[in-house]
Amino acid sequence: MNAVTGFFQSTGEMIKLFIETVYWCKAAFRNRDKVFRQMAEIGNYTLPFAALISIFVGAALALETGPQLRLFGLQENIGGIVATGMLRELGPVMTSMLVVGRVGSAMTAEIGSMSVYQEIDALKTMDINPVRFLVMPRFLATFITLPFLVVYVDVIGTFGGAVVSAVNHKINVPFGIYYRNVKLYIEFADVLHGLIKATVFGVMISIACCYVGLKTRGGPREIGTSVTKAVVLSFILILVFDYFITRLLILLHIGYHF
Amino acid sequence: MNVQTEDILEREAEPSYRQNTPVEVRIIKLNKSFGSNHVLNDLDLEVKPGETLVVIGKSGQGKSVLLRHIIGLEEPDSGQIFINGMDVNDPEVRNRYRFAMVFQSSALFNSLTVGENVSLYLREHRVFKDENAIRRIVLNTLSIVGLEEKENAIPSELSGGMKKRVAIARALAMNPDLILFDEPTSELDPITAQTIDDVMLNLRKHVKVTQIIVTHDIDLALYIADRIAVLDEGRIVEIGTPEEIARSTNPLVREFIVRSAKENKKEVGTYENRG
Repeated sequence: MNAVTGFFQSTGEMIKLFIETVYWCKAAFRNRDKVFRQMAEIGNYTLPFAALISIFVGAALALETGPQLRLFGLQENIGGIVATGMLRELGPVMTSMLVVGRVGSAMTAEIGSMSVYQEIDALKTMDINPVRFLVMPRFLATFITLPFLVVYVDVIGTFGGAVVSAVNHKINVPFGIYYRNVKLYIEFADVLHGLIKATVFGVMISIACCYVGLKTRGGPREIGTSVTKAVVLSFILILVFDYFITRLLILLHIGYHF
Repeated sequence: MNVQTEDILEREAEPSYRQNTPVEVRIIKLNKSFGSNHVLNDLDLEVKPGETLVVIGKSGQGKSVLLRHIIGLEEPDSGQIFINGMDVNDPEVRNRYRFAMVFQSSALFNSLTVGENVSLYLREHRVFKDENAIRRIVLNTLSIVGLEEKENAIPSELSGGMKKRVAIARALAMNPDLILFDEPTSELDPITAQTIDDVMLNLRKHVKVTQIIVTHDIDLALYIADRIAVLDEGRIVEIGTPEEIARSTNPLVREFIVRSAKENKKEVGTYENRG
């Protein structure tokens, strides 16, 4: 099978897995303990790291843009710029990549290991659907928690920008002016923009990582290869879809004032 | 199942799980290839209800592939498999009968404890409303395999033989109509292998179920089988009782017996005089 055929086959199989997973969401209430366990793991794995990286990303964004704005006497707009950047782009993309690295890779490793060591076959022999048992809880957990994580990252990243804006003598914008500017520029549509991306990315991460795990064959080495494959695939999907979602939101005038 | 488990099932289980019905398995002209490797070659086989049939053959002859077809993990290229006269691909088969498989690797779920592994089928299919009934079934099945004290252990804490016994307990907890064993004593030392042999012999005495066991271990086959089928180059070349197989003049069977006698430092005659 050549690369082109393989690409289309994989895409078709992932879409099929997505449809089957959505179908099995009907069993979500009955399997709520599994969903909650996955949500707790996502939070446990990502919250501390999300706080750490978002504060520095917000700070770096302020540091890059603040001095440039001061040249034109526009430094008081820095709050709106940092918040817009976090809410629409950096928050959802960065958080999703963090989730891929911490959670998505673990999903692939766990499911890939189960595939290699016949645990998935054992589920099938017990008439337990692997998509219902393994994929659906992870799908729902990621779908639900990623938007909350993005809001968490946006708040902390915006705060990081506020700190740098206040203490850096080349920017020198106090907290009060910074946050007044955030309130002036940011609308709910900007938040919605980021949440739509977060939801789509959450779906893609869980489906891509679970799909690669389920397709793993061989031994421990192939599990490692699958993890790498899942991470790279997820990163590509996030970045590609980020562009197309942004394009669509512009067309729909969500969060855009022109 | 033992008397205690039957009692719990009778009083508390969903009606469809109370009775198990040992099934007849009929395989007709089964063919399967993987690339250019023709693994199963017009294979015919019949297993009677409640029978313990052992399929022996050299490595790579398709024994595990045969089991995977019966349990529905593989699709044949051609041929059919019937369970009590119903095509194995008919969804109604899964509604009426319960199949369990003990994998060569045990295939325990490493994120679950022993007790959770054994009870997984009961929980996922809501066989019991009462959690205590599930726990009693788990303890009863673990006691059949001699591991009741390991209920809260995780698989990584168990030896290979223990994992195999937990896998057997997990299969038993399903109250199955058909149990398949894939190389149950492979990768085990002789003493642990004998323990597994005894567990399986104990099953025959206490559990009404059809068993199909694939192995290259002629000693296991002669010890526990009602009948033995010899698989060579993708088809059954001989089938008979342990006594008939032990006295067989089939060159492959003779090779198995001679090699096993050598490995176990026995006389070939001890196999021929079994039973």
